[in-house]
Amino acid sequence: MSLLEVEDLAVQYPVARGIVGTVARKPRQVVRAVDGVSFSLARGELLALVGESGCGKTTTAQTVLRLVEPMRGRIAFDGGEITKLGQRDLRSLRRRMQIVYQDPYESLDPRLTVRAAVEEPLRIHGVGGSKAQRDERVRDALGRVELTPQELFLDRYPHELSGGQRQRVAIAAAIVLDPDLLVADEPVSMLDVSVRAGVLSLLDRLREGGLGVLMITHDLSTAARFADRIAVMYLGRIVEEGPAAEVVGNPQHPYTKALLSVVPRRDPRDRTRPQILQGEAPDAVRIPQGCRFHPRCPVALPECRDVDPDLRPAGGDHCAACILVS
Amino acid sequence: MSPLLELDELHVWFDLGEGRELHAVQGVSLQLEPGQRLGLVGESGCGKTTTVLASLGLLPQTASVAGRVLLNGEDILAGGEDSIRPHRWTDLAIVFQGAMNALNPVQTVESQIVEALELHGRASGRMARLRVGELLEAVGIPRDRGTRFPHEFSGGMRQRAAIAMALSCDPSVLVADEPTTALDVMVQAQILELLDTLCRDFGLALLLVTHDLPVVAQLCDRAAVMYAGEIVEQGSVDALFHDPRHPYTRLLFAATPDLHGNGALVSIPGSPPRLDRSVEGCPFQPRCDRAFDRCTVQRPLLRELDGEREAACHLNDVPAVTA
Repeated sequence: MSLLEVEDLAVQYPVARGIVGTVARKPRQVVRAVDGVSFSLARGELLALVGESGCGKTTTAQTVLRLVEPMRGRIAFDGGEITKLGQRDLRSLRRRMQIVYQDPYESLDPRLTVRAAVEEPLRIHGVGGSKAQRDERVRDALGRVELTPQELFLDRYPHELSGGQRQRVAIAAAIVLDPDLLVADEPVSMLDVSVRAGVLSLLDRLREGGLGVLMITHDLSTAARFADRIAVMYLGRIVEEGPAAEVVGNPQHPYTKALLSVVPRRDPRDRTRPQILQGEAPDAVRIPQGCRFHPRCPVALPECRDVDPDLRPAGGDHCAACILVS
Repeated sequence: MSPLLELDELHVWFDLGEGRELHAVQGVSLQLEPGQRLGLVGESGCGKTTTVLASLGLLPQTASVAGRVLLNGEDILAGGEDSIRPHRWTDLAIVFQGAMNALNPVQTVESQIVEALELHGRASGRMARLRVGELLEAVGIPRDRGTRFPHEFSGGMRQRAAIAMALSCDPSVLVADEPTTALDVMVQAQILELLDTLCRDFGLALLLVTHDLPVVAQLCDRAAVMYAGEIVEQGSVDALFHDPRHPYTRLLFAATPDLHGNGALVSIPGSPPRLDRSVEGCPFQPRCDRAFDRCTVQRPLLRELDGEREAACHLNDVPAVTA
């Protein structure tokens, strides 16, 4: 059974019309930030949600955590539906689902020591037992994120730590409650390249320990290296999903193909011809009719203007939302 | 013949007050030939941006600069602001990371570029507006969009507008400081393609400052790797990737994930030294996986190796060992 199951999730935000727009009775517009997203995540699995800014990947993750209300769809966590849970029930659930944000310079309270920051979730949820037992759990969490010896870090403040160390503290605070699901929203994009691998390997080891990780990233190279599965999003929809090696090595959707072709390669001799899409993704207020990618698609057929393709199997458990996939 | 642009032993110190100083740039020398593309790479705080800002005379008053910046053999730092101003924008133009900050939000894109043209006496009035149309087209913006304001542009379009403005006075060197860092990968590809085309069509020399090694690997001919305020290795991008002669270069590439790369990704333990106190030995030694006794006592100097490369590492003196 999957740890997390998401079905046909949709999130809309109203666009402010302003006084003039309201008086002029301009039609109400909505941003369809997430527009029918389905996926599942198993324990011990790392799923990377990749896509360009505005594709809805962060909104998807926030909705899964019930930080944003969905308009439609179903979220099941560990077998139970949580889409309609009230605040009281959510609270106990939140112990089991945690999030790590992009910027450890902003996500940590500058006035809290490492000890206090990692202990805070235990206090909030009233778990961890006595002071000594809580201290033990804080030390254990710091050990798991490799901030050892713990004595060196416990009484430091965020400003005394490097970026990589701060992100490890944020991860320690997220795992101190022993959650089942960890959402990592661009966990290394603010960090220097020399420390990125360390933080990613850490997530990898937590995954091996049975944690389900939903990683949001715009960096396909990172996803290719660390994810078990990759889901590619475009304009609020997953357009391709499958095992990481399959999606990267044998992409099926024209958008995924283009996206992969423009990722700069590390080796100067690997100068492939990028397939550059012109323009930028339209905004989610005006999602094109038919296939949402067709106006930018290099291989679009006339019927793509009418057909909004569902995800269809493309061999194994790899699927893509394109009528050319057979 | 002298190179188009040459930095010669450039140093920058920032005054921290109380008699303390931060030695941000520690004797950087590099050359740029006409039409050449040089990447200046390194992690945050290594001094790469400070190096280019110093070369353009754009550092705040709290900074003291020593060394020479030669443009076609003429030292443009020698006479302070008076000697740089005639060259800034007309010979050396710069594009910054956040294009929103480089453009004036209350002026249309066209009028900002017209202003740059008029200020430098390149064109005025109708001729200037015609020229702006050409520039916008050269960077892939439809002419009629010039009358819009920066906030009406997307991030990619703003960066294109900033490039158009940088090109307005026909510079021979374009300095681009993290020009694609805040952009999505598809828009980044568009901007990189644009820079590639512009360099080719206008014979521009490019000095690309970035932390992103793959971008340099794909766009540049040569690269200089900076660490703790100095260049530790310099050479063709091919040589740096396939035959690095400084452990930092090797580790930096090994820490960079690649789409189809396999093998473990490396993380470099520790962090760079503080630049407000002097370092004994090699600044990279505490983090180096190949350091030996000499590295703790003697600072390696950047020296020429075979085939137009330079590296600052004692390993290059040890026979039959590579970094």
